[in-house]
Amino acid sequence: MISPLLLSLKLALVTSCLLFVIGMPIACWLAFTRFRLRFLVEAVVALPIVLPPTVLGFYLLLEFGSRGWMGAFWERCTGHTLAFSFEGLVLGSVVYSLPFAVQPFTSALASVDRRLLAASASLGASRWRTFWRITFPLALPGVVTGFALSFAHTLGEFGVVLMLGGNIAGRTQTASIAIYDNVQMLEYRAAARQSLTLLAISFTLLVIINALNRKRNWRLQ
Amino acid sequence: MSASGETLCVEIHLPLARFQLDCKFEAGREVAVLFGPSGAGKTSVLDCIAGFRRPQRGRIALGSQILFSSRDGSDLPVRRRRIGYLSQQPALFPHLSVRQNVGYGLLDLSHAERNARVDSILERFRIAPLADSRPALISGGEQQRVALARTLACEPELLLLDEPLTALDLTLKALFLELLFDWQRERAVPMLYVTHEQDEAYSLARRVLVMQEGRIVADGEPHQIFSAPVSRERAVLSGYENIFDAVVEETHAALGTMTCRLEGTALRLESPLANKVAGASVCLALRAGDILVAISRPSGISARNVLSGRIRSIEDRSGMVELRVLCGAAGGVDAEFCSHITRGALQNLSLQLGQEVWLIIKTHSIQFLRN
Repeated sequence: MISPLLLSLKLALVTSCLLFVIGMPIACWLAFTRFRLRFLVEAVVALPIVLPPTVLGFYLLLEFGSRGWMGAFWERCTGHTLAFSFEGLVLGSVVYSLPFAVQPFTSALASVDRRLLAASASLGASRWRTFWRITFPLALPGVVTGFALSFAHTLGEFGVVLMLGGNIAGRTQTASIAIYDNVQMLEYRAAARQSLTLLAISFTLLVIINALNRKRNWRLQ
Repeated sequence: MSASGETLCVEIHLPLARFQLDCKFEAGREVAVLFGPSGAGKTSVLDCIAGFRRPQRGRIALGSQILFSSRDGSDLPVRRRRIGYLSQQPALFPHLSVRQNVGYGLLDLSHAERNARVDSILERFRIAPLADSRPALISGGEQQRVALARTLACEPELLLLDEPLTALDLTLKALFLELLFDWQRERAVPMLYVTHEQDEAYSLARRVLVMQEGRIVADGEPHQIFSAPVSRERAVLSGYENIFDAVVEETHAALGTMTCRLEGTALRLESPLANKVAGASVCLALRAGDILVAISRPSGISARNVLSGRIRSIEDRSGMVELRVLCGAAGGVDAEFCSHITRGALQNLSLQLGQEVWLIIKTHSIQFLRN
């Protein structure tokens, strides 16, 4: 049995790590491509911001269920369903929080001075080296912000988790759902404790991120 | 470097926003200046050579190595071209120290070798005390020197410089150029230096390529380019502030001179003999710096042209004073001459607006332009 709060933290951490891995290449492409239909891809990435979480959760549920091809594929590979499982929650959260990672990543990468990238290339550096030595370190504040935002956003998600996870205690019951449950059962004391914890975690996270970015900017000036 | 000192061959055809870039030239192990007004396409040429821009058609080669060729579709990536590129902005990596910046391109060396090389370069470019500073903490002149050191540390086989002195003051310019030219003499690699400053072009290069609207319109030694302008545009570009249409009145073959009357005036100037007959129209050009100013009529001097006039305006430019003087002769309208003198001369002569002065012009400082 894992407590709802720990489950939430685990879900948020796994999701934001995955989003870093998936979101960085997408952000790189968006920041540097000259492809004319770029805006279409941007719109797709931004969709989860405007879509009601229940709508997103509904579509994901269909897709992750035994009849969806992803769900069916997952079942064949692992033997259990993707919907109503932790893995399902992770995948759903990745989609749900994608814009919160990709958008800060993209604007951070795009704001790196192109002349520095040109200088790096003319000094013989490969694209890979230019990325890791110049682009990435200079975009780091935006990358950290994107990581923190996707973490915080996943921590607070409700609709998608409810649709997709089904509120199974110890497996898919996250903190936000536990709070809702407690309120439904008039357990205000427990709800208040959990709410306060979530509030404290989110606030601390944002404070740490801001402090880190500030210290870094100060060092560069 | 085995390949150093090889010839750069450039042929570029590329449509730009306002005109078509069409240029073809070669440069050996020398300093060549690419000279022209802003927007003539100079930077685009450098960008094509460095590989940041792709010509529509053409061929760029450094010695036997083909950097770009539209015929066989080859286009070497920027990082493989071994070309040093320095622009107005130093573009230092802000998150790396001076030492890390300078060592950035030295990838194929061992740690110890790299440190040794960086140390000697820091020393040579007089930035050793700044080694551990971040770029934001050092001055503009130091930044540009670090950028130069970073570029030269990679031992480029060709050096491209795009107005690297624009942001520097006079003494820093001198230091920068000294370091640059010492290095160039040692390595004897071709160097292409873009500028729109005539003084810079004059002092830097043994060869000047003049660019205008995407074409190379002249190619030669600086004194050929700047002392014998052929077209009016080039004359203006090369600092000939005084340009007059005139009519040949008399030729003096024995003296090697001729008398020209400035059109619309009664003013006569003695000019060098040109292949013209009396009555032909010519176009005369004079550098403002070649006109002397006296406050009393000079006597006993060799100059053949002494004109009297009145000062119409005095304008302080950076480093010198520009005088505009209206000169006339009986029975004609006035002609306006522009003369450059030093601030010291202005004070010494205590020149005032409206004051009568004499302008002294040597016969051979008058140039003919194509009309």
